[in-house]
Amino acid sequence: MTINARVDRRQFLRVTALAGGGLLLATVLDPTGADAAQAADAGGGAPADFTPNAFIRLAPDGSVTIVAKNPEVGQGVKTMLPMLIAEELDVDWQNVHVEQAGLDTVKFANQTAGGSTATPNNWLPMRRVGAAGRAMLVAAAAQRWNAPVAECATASAVVTHRPTGRTLRYADLLDAAAAMPAPNLDDVPLKDPKSFRIVGTRVPGVDNHAIVTGTPLYGIDVTLPGMLYAMYEKCAVFGGEVKSANLDEIRREPGVRHAFLVTDGGTALDGLLDGVAIVADSWWLARSARAKLKVEWDEGPGATLSSASIAADAAALAKLPPQRTLRNDGDVGAALAGAAKVLRAEYFYPFIAHAPLEPQNCTARWTDGKLELWAPTQLPANARSLVARTLGMREEDITLHLTRGGGGFGRRLMNDYVVEAARIAKEIAVPVKLLWAREDDMRHDFYRAAGFHDFTGALDANGKLVAWRNHFVSFGDADKFRDASQERPAFGAGAGINGGEFPARFVPNLVLGASVLPQYVPTGYLRAPGSNGIAFATQSFLDELAHAAGKDPLQFRLDLLDAAPAGETPNGMLVASRMRGVLELVREKSGWGTRKLPRGTGMGVAFHFSHRGYFAEVVQATVSRAGALTVDKVWVAGDIGSQVVNPSNAENQVQGSVLDGIAEALAQEITIANGRAVQGNFGEFPLLRMAGAVPVDVHFLVTEYPPTGLGEPALPPVVPALCDAIFAATGTRVRSLPLSKHDLRWS
Amino acid sequence: MNVSLTVNGTAVTLDAPADMPLLWILRDMLDLKGTKYGCGVAQCGACTVHLKGEPVRSCQLPASALQGAEVTTIEGLSTDGSHPVQRAWESVDVPQCGYCQAGQIMSAAALLAKNPSPSDADITAAMNGNLCRCATYLRIREAIHTAAAATAASPAPTTSRPRQAGAPRS
Repeated sequence: MTINARVDRRQFLRVTALAGGGLLLATVLDPTGADAAQAADAGGGAPADFTPNAFIRLAPDGSVTIVAKNPEVGQGVKTMLPMLIAEELDVDWQNVHVEQAGLDTVKFANQTAGGSTATPNNWLPMRRVGAAGRAMLVAAAAQRWNAPVAECATASAVVTHRPTGRTLRYADLLDAAAAMPAPNLDDVPLKDPKSFRIVGTRVPGVDNHAIVTGTPLYGIDVTLPGMLYAMYEKCAVFGGEVKSANLDEIRREPGVRHAFLVTDGGTALDGLLDGVAIVADSWWLARSARAKLKVEWDEGPGATLSSASIAADAAALAKLPPQRTLRNDGDVGAALAGAAKVLRAEYFYPFIAHAPLEPQNCTARWTDGKLELWAPTQLPANARSLVARTLGMREEDITLHLTRGGGGFGRRLMNDYVVEAARIAKEIAVPVKLLWAREDDMRHDFYRAAGFHDFTGALDANGKLVAWRNHFVSFGDADKFRDASQERPAFGAGAGINGGEFPARFVPNLVLGASVLPQYVPTGYLRAPGSNGIAFATQSFLDELAHAAGKDPLQFRLDLLDAAPAGETPNGMLVASRMRGVLELVREKSGWGTRKLPRGTGMGVAFHFSHRGYFAEVVQATVSRAGALTVDKVWVAGDIGSQVVNPSNAENQVQGSVLDGIAEALAQEITIANGRAVQGNFGEFPLLRMAGAVPVDVHFLVTEYPPTGLGEPALPPVVPALCDAIFAATGTRVRSLPLSKHDLRWS
Repeated sequence: MNVSLTVNGTAVTLDAPADMPLLWILRDMLDLKGTKYGCGVAQCGACTVHLKGEPVRSCQLPASALQGAEVTTIEGLSTDGSHPVQRAWESVDVPQCGYCQAGQIMSAAALLAKNPSPSDADITAAMNGNLCRCATYLRIREAIHTAAAATAASPAPTTSRPRQAGAPRS
């Protein structure tokens, strides 16, 4: 039985009594509404009748199954979204079983792991799904008792009639609840957050037991009957084309079943590229055969590129007028001419790799023109549409199962490995697992875009910041970029900057100009994309200005925030009072300015607003006379709104983000030589290790704003805060990363 | 080549290429997927298993070196996740993505077997070869202390009947 009760213009609630006596509840978004348009934009394909975005299954045995719709890559969403539903459904968390959804844009609409969006996008919708279920169970109980709903209360999956003390278990109400009219999702009563019993408590990850016992969970663990193993070799120069290979020789190698060229690859770096596929009885045998592979490539125009040539081109571009002006407030020229002090500085940050610990992989089965895929992907709908487009298939002929991802960090927003596996499976029509070697992963990444900032800043006689100019040099489609009629500048993926980027609105005279170099090196979205480099450059230069003004660097920042324009903050822009709040909190928690530090030890501060989150961080660092850098401690103050959904995971995410940022700053760099990424493994691209895991003291400031996400915004400020601490300790200003390239000796 | 070894207490004989690392024998021949591939060059520790109780990188142990080896994997650490280190990992809520954690747990279990009450410096020395890309190190350290305290408070379990390896697949 299915009841579709129209509850408002856009939302339906569908209730199904399951054959086994369960109750299934789903929200359904009207296909004529904006949500369906969004789903279609996201690759949802043909308009469908309904677009449910979550569901619950209550069973007669009292168990509760909640489907987690989004991909889990370590951000904790597989625990967090079901917590929201369980809270309002009013069931005990220990009875909840969480099930991972596969890709189903009809049922679930948006299934994305990216942009720290899961909390803000689902905070109310998921609670409403749970609350609607609760309301129907209460209505069923009230009907049974012939009592008003208002006299009924719930707790732990039991409805109580308060005046008489009678109780009914949810499990005994399933059939009756399914027959109840569905409440309007927009006004279904929600709990007062003060009465939350799950949200706001420390809930361990739902997959923890499977993780600590080594139970298969990840894409790399997928095994199908009769499955073969594949490797895929691409041109080391990004986008190069294959001409020939010693395939006959490779086919004679032990265990090799197939070896073939893929020459139908396109030119989009995030799509299917040319290459050589080797398929063998085991991954080890495929890898052994690959070691003997000899390929003739057409390397293309990128083959002469190097890190030095990119830097030289960027420097030349920075000297020219910006190709585009993204913001122009006041009169910077006049302000510079009349300033008491003018500072100019060039900042640089390098390409860096995502390096999730689970290398890219996808398992694919091609059967009679249909494809079944298992993949750790952050954008499964895009994976499916990419495969459909590339292989000339219909999306409905592709089934995509979501596996847990061994880290994402934005790498798995690109689905190149998925389309490669699909292409190989189509060729051989045998189930196949494509697994990249670590070196493939590091040398065929979509790197954090390197960035160049040429800053000029000016102070008046009182040390107030009166002018700010930034010429940002990045990567993109240079021809399109110059076309000012394009509303969105044609920056490469993850290589852009927003015209409203801080300190816009806080400095009366401000120019942000930008130019782009041609995009030969693939760029993409690394945790807090854009922000992870822009915060370093912007906050470091701000620190220079604070010192030049003779002001305390933290107070200088507070004073700057006080320059906020009057009136309401434009949507999506930094709210000055919130940043003030976290700056003041981190000042207090870190004991900023209250301790006398020995020479060689210093504290630095920085803040950054990204992904709707406000973070201010203080780093204490020590540099020996010989130049050896030690990070001593980090203090973090964050404002992500009125509710931290899962404090255990929140603290874990913030500590991880901060340590991740420190690792990026210390020694991570992908360099380019002859058009290729040089670094291939962790020996050359160091991640943080236990020895570098310094204490990270995390504090949240609860404010009245709606809750927002936490996968990313804690990362950006730690990089400039560390560099500011180095300046405080040594007097050396770091204007380029990584720190390992700097001589920090002092005397 | 034919090689006979013991995996999680079960005798196994299999025919593997002489240079095939234990990591891939475990994953792709014995269907023990808990041991993970991260780098293939002993830089990350995701493939850590015990060889006669010693933590080793299984990506560096070829079949030719495995004759008679006694191997314990994460699946063999306990039957049900009840090893004090596994319990501590759950109670401290260590994992983010979780991919490295089997290797972390194997290194930690080997440390505690030798040193039931490790200092922070001992933990750093024992764990520095295990990368965690999510940087859950602060919780890993806390969980090792938790496991040490739990073990000190109650005697270690006396019986262990670990999950057996699946039948060789090739």
